[in-house]
Amino acid sequence: MLRSDTGKLSLILLMTPFLLWIVLLILLPQLGITFVSLREKIGPRQYEFGFGNYIAFIQEPIYWNTLLRTAWMSILVTVMSLFVGFPIAFYIAKIAKRRSRVGLFLLCLIPLWVSDLVRAFGWIVLLRETGLISGALQYVGLINGPVEMLYNDVTVVIGLVYTVVLFMIVPLVSTLDGMDNAMLEAGYNLGGNRLTVFRRIIVPYAMPGIVSGCIIVFMLTAGSYLTPILLGGKNSMWFTEMIYDQFITRYNWEAGAAFGVLLLGFTSLVIWLGLKLTGQNLASTVARD
Amino acid sequence: MNVAAPQSAFLRTVYVLYVVCFFAYLAAPLFAAGMFAFNDSTIPSLPWRGFTLGWFFGDTDPVIGMFHDRRLMRGLTNSLYIGVIVSLLSVATGTCNAFLFERRQFPFKNALYIMMIIPLVIPGVILGISILVFASMVANSADRAFGQNLSALRPGTLLVVVGQFSFLTTITSLVIQARLKKFDISLEEAALNLGASRLKVLATVTMPYLSPAMFSAFVVAFLVSFENFNTTLMLVGSDAPLTITMYDRMVKVGSTPVLNAVSFFLMVGSGLLALLSVVVQRDRPSD
Repeated sequence: MLRSDTGKLSLILLMTPFLLWIVLLILLPQLGITFVSLREKIGPRQYEFGFGNYIAFIQEPIYWNTLLRTAWMSILVTVMSLFVGFPIAFYIAKIAKRRSRVGLFLLCLIPLWVSDLVRAFGWIVLLRETGLISGALQYVGLINGPVEMLYNDVTVVIGLVYTVVLFMIVPLVSTLDGMDNAMLEAGYNLGGNRLTVFRRIIVPYAMPGIVSGCIIVFMLTAGSYLTPILLGGKNSMWFTEMIYDQFITRYNWEAGAAFGVLLLGFTSLVIWLGLKLTGQNLASTVARD
Repeated sequence: MNVAAPQSAFLRTVYVLYVVCFFAYLAAPLFAAGMFAFNDSTIPSLPWRGFTLGWFFGDTDPVIGMFHDRRLMRGLTNSLYIGVIVSLLSVATGTCNAFLFERRQFPFKNALYIMMIIPLVIPGVILGISILVFASMVANSADRAFGQNLSALRPGTLLVVVGQFSFLTTITSLVIQARLKKFDISLEEAALNLGASRLKVLATVTMPYLSPAMFSAFVVAFLVSFENFNTTLMLVGSDAPLTITMYDRMVKVGSTPVLNAVSFFLMVGSGLLALLSVVVQRDRPSD
């Protein structure tokens, strides 16, 4: 009797911080922005309930074009990170020798510990008109005058892939690491060529890693702020920039909250679709390590 | 023979070249950011005008080093202070969560576990604005109901701490839980059978086992807090942490080698911390 009472008490004690955290910092704030986004300003300190902020979003092409552009570029960055990252993860997990494996993995992680800002700053120093690459090309004689390599979409994509590719590699390495080489051997012995083995054995095996990498990379890209703004300049047209603009610059919280809800709804939808299509769930992918 | 590797020597070489190129790509911007911290010139670009430590220690105009730049130093102090507080809080909560989900059975456990992971997939900007909105809703109602002006709920250090805590706790919970999962419960049972009280078992058996994971969760949380930008940007008040101060400088003054010096300093600092955490994790006596 006493046992079960103390058990219950300790369960409540353990549960309290968790519930406080989830309810006060996640659930209620999300409800809060949803509520604010459904509020229309009709006068000073006067509000009306309605969908005006969302209607304004649909009616203004620049708003939804920015969201579409952010979405499209985020998907592009996710796919590119997968293609760039997979061979690296495969090399680290399966081909590198035991001793160099840990070293390579740590090398991969080093940029992770450096602020986004420092990485973007590094790209600026490299790519701008007076930057290292422009200078080097002039020195070699490939170009005559300085070239500006910042402020275009290609640079933004390269910078974004750089920022997020590590989040693709880490889950991939940890799934591929568990794959037994005997499976590959069996595939070859049964007459499969390299492509078949890759398609039928390696990819299905790595699926949880692929899904979790894609989810995190997509979310980080769609929600990124610094890289598109610093590398894309004034015309980067990134959705988070628009949210910041509404909130901090124009102090129009209602519109900003509506944008926030839209971005969250959009990223959640893509993540949910990804999980459904591959038959995974959040606990089996993102929380794996 | 490694069956995973390409069979032909040519393809193997191409593969290795690709890996080398990839690491060059990873290193390039960091190298560029670090290198100009030592160039004796007022703009971070070529030509190379000789080695200097002025951008770290210089104290005469125009070469004011980072250690003599009052605003950057204040940003650094703010970041350290916020990082330590937020990491302590999130490690404490993360430890509770680990025990909760690893040791206890309760209704809706799976749904709540998903809830625990969700903060990781909410974009940081959204976490920032939602906490900003919610905090000022609370502050406004308090103002209206009791005439209290809760200035702590306006953008500032407290909100930054709360905002970072909201997603760091997921990370610390997962790190600590992974370690707790591997714990052999019979060790606790043995200690209980030998007459130790529950608290004593926790303090002498379970906690020492968990401490490396708690330490590395702390380091991870600290580093992520230190470099966080998106959530912090929405919640920052007058006491800006270092990343925000640097961003301000970059936008208003343009790039100066002081920023390269700070970048170099941050790279070395976080590299050392990350290494420390790896060493501690590796030192596991059992597995």
